[in-house]
Amino acid sequence: MTEIIVVTSGKGGVGKTTTSASLSCGLARRGKKVAVIDFDIGLRNLDLIMGCERRVVYDFVNVIQGECTLKQALIKDKRLETLFVLAASQTRDKDALTSEGVRRVFDELTAEGFDFIVCDSPAGIEKGAHLAMYFADRAVVVVNPEVSSVRDSDRILGLLSSKTKRAEAGDGKVREHLLLTRYSPKRVAVGEMMSVGDVKEILGLDVVGVVPESVDVLAASNAGTPVILNEDSDVSRAYEDAVSRLLGETVPLRFIDEPKKGFFARMFGG
Amino acid sequence: MGLLALFRRTPPSAHVAKERLRIIIQQERDKRGGAPDYIPLMRRELLEVIRKYVNVDPAAVQINVEREDGQEILEFSVALPEKAR
Repeated sequence: MTEIIVVTSGKGGVGKTTTSASLSCGLARRGKKVAVIDFDIGLRNLDLIMGCERRVVYDFVNVIQGECTLKQALIKDKRLETLFVLAASQTRDKDALTSEGVRRVFDELTAEGFDFIVCDSPAGIEKGAHLAMYFADRAVVVVNPEVSSVRDSDRILGLLSSKTKRAEAGDGKVREHLLLTRYSPKRVAVGEMMSVGDVKEILGLDVVGVVPESVDVLAASNAGTPVILNEDSDVSRAYEDAVSRLLGETVPLRFIDEPKKGFFARMFGG
Repeated sequence: MGLLALFRRTPPSAHVAKERLRIIIQQERDKRGGAPDYIPLMRRELLEVIRKYVNVDPAAVQINVEREDGQEILEFSVALPEKAR
């Protein structure tokens, strides 16, 4: 069975593409056959994060408009056997994506035996974001522990429960998961940042992952290597844990507490 | 956290963020179809009545509709200003 996962957030710049890339790699590394699709028409970026930007010949819109086959447009990852990328088009035509076209592509991926289709949603609540979530079975809502991001993601939760195929068909809810990014245990400890528990309580979602703030994320995007593949990074471990949880394993949360300080450090700051 | 933090008066900013979000998100969820559509009007009228007696801040009036086991509970709370008590 093919599972469709949308990675969404409402707000821009919170880490949707980084998350889409890393979760897809993580799933593929466990032998799953994965297609990751960039829904940000006009602002293609997943290809850069995946490091395959020079291999894009055909894109998502070309497939939908029948200008090439799906096979021609799927870019096979050079690191992982079972991972494929479908790039967004750079067209400025907003109506290039159609619900019917997206459904056809998903049907074909299903027929090809893909285990997961990961949809990297654009920011906002316009057509691209709507189509990215419309067919989803599950949603990973990417949130920064910050007021505007939390509020926007609640808007997205509203859309997930009303403007999706599942919601319209009364076919059970889209399963929603919270993934916190740019988390700083140190700032949480001194009350400068909302904690995992705070955000979880406000949004009422189960936590699928907490990714710490780290310089490794920028380094990974500079290199075009999804950060989950950097084995030395806590960010990679955090995404690995999230992949485990998506696959139904129970894994305790890591990287949410500040390392304990000694007595003197606590009394005199630092 | 150093010694000075023990004497800090203002609540940590994360706490403020959480409270603000709790309120605004509840309101926005109600608007999305959770709560009946007479709530905003009722809120305004109640506020006018209360203000005949006590000068409360509009933000001090909270109305929530909660659903539990098929029952709807209308929760209404007003925070009175210090002087009025």
